[in-house]
Amino acid sequence: MKQFIQDLVTKNHYKSTHLLQVLRDVQTRYHFIPEGAITQLTELLNVPRTQIIGVIEFYSFLHLHRQGHYELLISDSITDHMLGKHELMAYLSEKLNVGIGKVREDGLVSLDNTSCSGMCDQGPAGLVNGHALTRLDKSKIDTIAELINQEKPLDEWPTELFAVADNIYKPDLLLNSQFTPGAAIKAVFERGIDATLAQINESGLRGRGGAGFKTAMKWQFCKEEASDQHYVICNADEGEPGTFKDRILLNSYADQVFEGMTVCATIIGATEGYLYLRGEYLHLHEPLLAVLQQRRDAGLLGKNILGQNFDFDIHIHLGAGAYICGEESALIESLEGKAGIPRNRPPYPVTSGYMNKPTVVNNVETFMAAANIAINGGAWFANIGTEKSKGTKILSICGDCAKPGIYEYPFGTTVREILKDCQAEDVFGIQIGGPSGLFISNQELDRKLAFEDLATGGSFIIFNNTRNVLDIVYNFTHFFAHESCGFCTPCRVGTSLLKKQLDKIHDGHGSAGDIVALEELCQLVKNNSHCGLGQTAANPILTTLERYPDLYENQLKNISYEPGFDLDGSLATARRMANRNDAAAHLEQIEDELATHGTTSPGAQA
Amino acid sequence: MSNKIRVATTSLAGCFGCHMSFLDIDERMLQLAQVVEFDRSPITDIEHCTNCDIGLIEGGVCNSENVHVLREFRKNCKILVAVGACAINGGLPAMRNFIPLEDCLREAYFDGIGVENAQVPNDPELPLLLDKVHPIHEVVKIDYFLPGCPPSADVFWKFLTDLIEGREPSLPYELVHYD
Repeated sequence: MKQFIQDLVTKNHYKSTHLLQVLRDVQTRYHFIPEGAITQLTELLNVPRTQIIGVIEFYSFLHLHRQGHYELLISDSITDHMLGKHELMAYLSEKLNVGIGKVREDGLVSLDNTSCSGMCDQGPAGLVNGHALTRLDKSKIDTIAELINQEKPLDEWPTELFAVADNIYKPDLLLNSQFTPGAAIKAVFERGIDATLAQINESGLRGRGGAGFKTAMKWQFCKEEASDQHYVICNADEGEPGTFKDRILLNSYADQVFEGMTVCATIIGATEGYLYLRGEYLHLHEPLLAVLQQRRDAGLLGKNILGQNFDFDIHIHLGAGAYICGEESALIESLEGKAGIPRNRPPYPVTSGYMNKPTVVNNVETFMAAANIAINGGAWFANIGTEKSKGTKILSICGDCAKPGIYEYPFGTTVREILKDCQAEDVFGIQIGGPSGLFISNQELDRKLAFEDLATGGSFIIFNNTRNVLDIVYNFTHFFAHESCGFCTPCRVGTSLLKKQLDKIHDGHGSAGDIVALEELCQLVKNNSHCGLGQTAANPILTTLERYPDLYENQLKNISYEPGFDLDGSLATARRMANRNDAAAHLEQIEDELATHGTTSPGAQA
Repeated sequence: MSNKIRVATTSLAGCFGCHMSFLDIDERMLQLAQVVEFDRSPITDIEHCTNCDIGLIEGGVCNSENVHVLREFRKNCKILVAVGACAINGGLPAMRNFIPLEDCLREAYFDGIGVENAQVPNDPELPLLLDKVHPIHEVVKIDYFLPGCPPSADVFWKFLTDLIEGREPSLPYELVHYD
């Protein structure tokens, strides 16, 4: 192991910023991070031991305890559940003889849940040693179980298990564009850097991650910041459940994305850029490295690009299973090899980002749009859309519709039209922009896709009338509690309390005051959390409670109060160990309202 | 029965520190006694609640007896108050929540140093432990929460005088500011 770690660190140039990348490789090789590796890395990278352990504990794909030789993770997104994930997980667990969250005794396989793996249009999905598995069904699980029991190496597994489809159903402005690699960079040099920034400004392009900050303004701020180095970062940590458009853009339009980053680099004066790729998209890593190499070979990356005396190169960093790293300052922390905990803002990344240098962080789709605007000019883009939302938006559509996949629409398109195209019927409601976005009912189908109405990072999850809104909210609320980074108390504790309070109602233990208590908790978490995660974690509850108060109230019991946990059940261990089963060894879940006063059990007072 | 306001207090899975802090209102206790009569409380040794206006609960819920006592208070008290960190969050006793109950009992009654005649005591008089320690609002409806470990004497004073004088109780920032 010593030699392996030494070689790994050498390959990573002894950079502490590569800690996460190094740990990923150690995990892949040993299926956990051994104690010896931590000690060795402490010395080689000059990083405190506690920080290394902190990083390991932070990312869900890294482990201090040995996982199976085959690490199986099944995606726990609501869309996977709608496609039968629960039954499949039980089948898988039984077939492989391994509990959920456990390693099998022979150490061959471990099984667990993972947050949405971004295959919502082709689930139920999973990951085996980081590689995406799609469209799982019982027969595929039989195959997988057999392959694992035979200890077949992954590269000998049938490729159809790993088949990932693009499913582009409705291309428009961007997805239809004819693109020649290098064209955007040439256009920048022909038109001039300032003139190109002016075109991007004219295009009205706003960030496609969801927040919608004006791209030209962000680039302008970064450019104006005096520094010896600027950075371009492409945020491909597409973790919002139900969102998968960046996967398609990186699979089939990677040149345009990289070119957009290069255009940005010329404008802000960066020589280095990073693509932060979520760990779940490991299958895209090698192909993307190949695209980067082609671009270097074609003189579009590296030294002296297109003979214009301009140097720029792009590196790819992989995430390791942390939703919070989609938040730009957490992403920067993660790029620096640390736990992905959001920074205090200001300063914003444009003034102090990666390595505290001015940094532009943009979404994959934003860079792709910028590359095309550099070629076609601002008006080409600005002619489409609404007054405040120019151009088109690429959507990931999944859930209850006949054609889940990728759709591109001009801003201003109504939800009704979108639902027609993807052939959604009997619609109950739609989750727009993922769990952190909002839930709209079937009474709001004339609302429009636009920053001024329905802003979204690109996710539409459709639910039909057979779905139970509380099951949906339950899934989302558990997701946030799992993904809270733990830095601030309102979010760390608050998301767990939200989960507990919602579970109480969902599981039928709710009574009179419980919805009010839930609402108060929502406001507390929303108004006091440090970053967007906590500030939006209550959205699934708030937006559905607003629309369907009766569905919540129907869950309540007509009594004054009931505990949210099984009282008698929680005495079971003590009962068994004390070998008791007398009347005093049991508790009623709800106190008998007619009982006389003074019902204390025998025994001294505390 | 007098016209005095009846107050009951108890400590569940607590350390009686909150009660001690309550006693720190010192000579104000005499003032309080003019308008308040204590019902079930360690101060009076009365064993069971009768109808009360205010119930003060210290400590979380760790065993079956705590559940019964808490229910007795809820049934008899118009206003039930969670007093201190343990009642509100489980507090120190809830640190055992991270260890399975089976392991706790094994350590105490089987595997611990010096254990003889290893067995879990099984007298029916003994309350059984719940597998987790719970804050009291997870077992009954609670009307008010007094934070602190313990809440200071002034917190008790402010809260009780507010209630007694018919005001909605409110604790100024200085009383709930701990650093």
